[in-house]
Amino acid sequence: MSELFYDAAPNATRVAPERPRPRTYPAKPAEVTLFGTCVVDLFFPEAGLDAIRLLEREGIRVHFPQEQSCCGQPAWTSGYVNEVREVARAQLNLLDNGLPVVVPSGSCAGMFRQHYREVFAEEPDTLERVEDLAERTFELTEFLLHVCKVDWQDLGQPTQIALHTSCSARREMNTHLHARELLGKLANVERLDHDHESECCGFGGTFSVRMPEVSGAMVLDKTRSLRESGAAEMVTADGGCLLNINGSLEKQKQTFRGRHLASFLWERVSGEVKS
Amino acid sequence: MSQRIPVKELTDSFRGRAVGALADDQLRTNFRVAMDSLMKKRADAFPDEEEREGLRELGNHIKARALSRLPDLLEQLETRLTANGVKVHWAETTEEANRIVHSIIEAKQGSQVVKGKSMVSEEMEMNDYLAERNIECLESDMGEYIVQLDGEKPSHIIMPAIHKNRFQVSRLFHDKLGVDETEDVNELIQIGRRTLRQKFLEADVGVSGVNFAIAETGTLLLVENEGNGRMSTTAPPVHIAVTGIEKVVENLRDVVPLLSLLTRSALGQPITTYVNMISGPRKADELDGPEEVHLVLLDNGRSGAFADAQLRQTLNCIRCGACMNHCPVYTRVGGHTYGEVYPGPIGKIITPHMVGLHKVPDHPSASSLCGACGEVCPVKIPIPEMLQRLRQENVKSPAEQPKVKDGGAKYSRKERAIWRFWASLNTSPVIYRLFLWGATRFGKLAPKNVGPWTENHSAPVPARRSLHDLAKAHLNQGDR
Amino acid sequence: MSARSNILNKLRAGLAGTTPRPDDFDEGLVTRPWQYAPEDRITRLRSLMETVHTEIHQLTTEQWPSKVQELLESRGLKNVLYAPGTDHGKQLAEHWQHAEPRPELLVYDRPIEEWKEELFWQVDASVTGTVGGIAATGSLVLWPDRHEPRLMSLLPPLHIALLKASEVEDNLYGMMQKHNWSAGLPTNLLLVSGPSKTADIEQVLAYGAHGPKELVVLILEDG
Repeated sequence: MSELFYDAAPNATRVAPERPRPRTYPAKPAEVTLFGTCVVDLFFPEAGLDAIRLLEREGIRVHFPQEQSCCGQPAWTSGYVNEVREVARAQLNLLDNGLPVVVPSGSCAGMFRQHYREVFAEEPDTLERVEDLAERTFELTEFLLHVCKVDWQDLGQPTQIALHTSCSARREMNTHLHARELLGKLANVERLDHDHESECCGFGGTFSVRMPEVSGAMVLDKTRSLRESGAAEMVTADGGCLLNINGSLEKQKQTFRGRHLASFLWERVSGEVKS
Repeated sequence: MSQRIPVKELTDSFRGRAVGALADDQLRTNFRVAMDSLMKKRADAFPDEEEREGLRELGNHIKARALSRLPDLLEQLETRLTANGVKVHWAETTEEANRIVHSIIEAKQGSQVVKGKSMVSEEMEMNDYLAERNIECLESDMGEYIVQLDGEKPSHIIMPAIHKNRFQVSRLFHDKLGVDETEDVNELIQIGRRTLRQKFLEADVGVSGVNFAIAETGTLLLVENEGNGRMSTTAPPVHIAVTGIEKVVENLRDVVPLLSLLTRSALGQPITTYVNMISGPRKADELDGPEEVHLVLLDNGRSGAFADAQLRQTLNCIRCGACMNHCPVYTRVGGHTYGEVYPGPIGKIITPHMVGLHKVPDHPSASSLCGACGEVCPVKIPIPEMLQRLRQENVKSPAEQPKVKDGGAKYSRKERAIWRFWASLNTSPVIYRLFLWGATRFGKLAPKNVGPWTENHSAPVPARRSLHDLAKAHLNQGDR
Repeated sequence: MSARSNILNKLRAGLAGTTPRPDDFDEGLVTRPWQYAPEDRITRLRSLMETVHTEIHQLTTEQWPSKVQELLESRGLKNVLYAPGTDHGKQLAEHWQHAEPRPELLVYDRPIEEWKEELFWQVDASVTGTVGGIAATGSLVLWPDRHEPRLMSLLPPLHIALLKASEVEDNLYGMMQKHNWSAGLPTNLLLVSGPSKTADIEQVLAYGAHGPKELVVLILEDG
């Protein structure tokens, strides 16, 4: 952090952090830990399993520590710092084994990579371990693309999909770019743009329940734009957005649906079509 | 002549007003079209990513440098301006600022004031204050003139009448000015031009804001496209400029990148029609310009934001409006929903310091934290981080001593208990897995606040088996 | 305790124990992207200004007075405000003496208070000089003084500005440095980049809001 160089006073005027350099990726490891995320755990566990399958297909041994729970984001965005810290500390401890951590959700990966250092800003002793975790954390699509350097055959039928990326995944981790490139490797998949693609779907975690009127308006617009893209379905690497978008589509009695990207990719790559 | 223009009543909460706005199809359409256009204009004005990001970084550093020396720079500004013949006044509150402005006008026995665009004067509710004292204060910026005519507050900091379309303006002019209705925007503007020209001629005092106050040279820099700013600061015999204390920059050359960032971020323009740099009143051998120039420096809570190094970044703002142009919430509810002077993301992070969180308790959470605002802010204010911090301050108990004015506005023992429960759930693997088992087996959800969820979604149903279960079975192991 | 001391004390308390940030102004960021070959400077300035409805003519230093006459007569204007104390004013007056055009030459030679009504409503046009131009943004630099006061370039619906081609700089930073602005600024310094406009109604651009409805720039090739 450059400003510490000239003035380490805590009340010193701050500047924005330097622009992040493009991430350098390690070679494919033999083992990783999968951090499932609470939303996937409860609502899209099959997607989590598909993520494991995708990784195993690349010859990687996947660990799933049973003590894992939640990255802490809901409490963090609600302003309950002490409570977040407790939960974050628990995840920090259980992930403290030096293995790369793969996360099938951009927003949770972003929690580890960006926000844990804010959570522990007042605990300098913990920050070293936080930085270490941040270094080792990868969102699923970026891991498959840049670490595994997957080489896939598309065993599925020609189809058109729309890609939705969560805001934090997009802005904190460039997940939209990774996902696009990954989907580009599937010969029979055509990705269609949709209107106002980079605009928020309205989930925002607790925002969807604190400001349901505005959130509702946002998801109505998002679902309409997805449907009008002409795609057969939507795929997304984020469970929260998926819950939001599919929940709205169901309530609207629309037939259009979204799927977790991990499940979509597994289906195309393995040839296993799930009903 | 001088009648208190009643401001339309606003109902009491953000959510309440949002519901009204969301149901207003005309408003939704006006804002969607306008914001899409402004976003495109900005994007077209910054085609080179490297140039844009380098400039944003420079802007951020320039503002940080100025803030790191703010008291010294304010003193330097005052010294230079005074040497140039400008009278400098300080006001902690809007009440004080209004009194100062009023006393200057009174000393000249003025009764007519013409105003260029100034958001600080909106903070002061200057028009109302003066009207109550029988002084007419007329807005001369076209957009401000339109909203003033309709008894409204501006709904955007750069385009005050953006919520109105031409038909609405035409009807307004017809009703208030007695002119024929017309759909021709050019005609509407000419009507405004003629009406206001006479006011510029007659005005005793001109009031303006300040875009940048330059300490090095003692200069006030104003930008505009219409010419009403130049009119207001040149034609009347007295010019009063009002500004926030955070608008001072150190050196003349500092305004070069800030100017470029401002005009390109706001309206996608390489520069505004006029850049007006004022360094004093009329000199002895000059034939026009005001004989008296005053600057009122207003605090109104800014020093509160300044006190905390993290929140101090809020004061980087150069009032370009890009944040609200890109905000999905603002686009859907419009500026009036925020109920205060500054709408949109910047409104949410600065207003708590000005009026206290008790007055705007929903501001920090009226955001999905999508980050679009922070991505476009020309001076790189980490707006989501500011919102995040304000949420923390908002839920603090009195014992925790919130650092923001009237913090703890959303302190709730009940909600605190819920999150304590959430924390113990998520830190005890045994209980967490028990919860998973219960949720998957019984399809019930532990968190209480799902009620609002089902307003917009079908009731969420947990999967039959959790990932914990599936992973354990698949990997055939319990622990790492 | 005054408001002034209260405010300053609060700010100083917030900065206690800190040192000011270093000045890391990088002039490359405001110059490099905005540099032009000399032959491209005028082209760029012209292009930007014409995009916002400025009328531009490139002329020699001899031709411009008759151009002014033409601009006024073709619009049926009855007068033009000029500055006899300037070189270009003298040149215009000379042309007027020989050509005897219909529009009357007016002079801004008394304080605004003495003829406000006339200046606001009766003056059709003005001709002023400039102290230069900026290619990067398509802007004129005006430095009003007692010969060409501030309202001269603001009130009349038509403003004709004389710009010497040799006085066009690449960018604002270069202009500031070359002419050492920070050493001392006039009462009023203006950058003018087109006729007055507004997009306040539905973002539809309308020209002639409060400032001049028309801006005509005569670029003088002065070698």
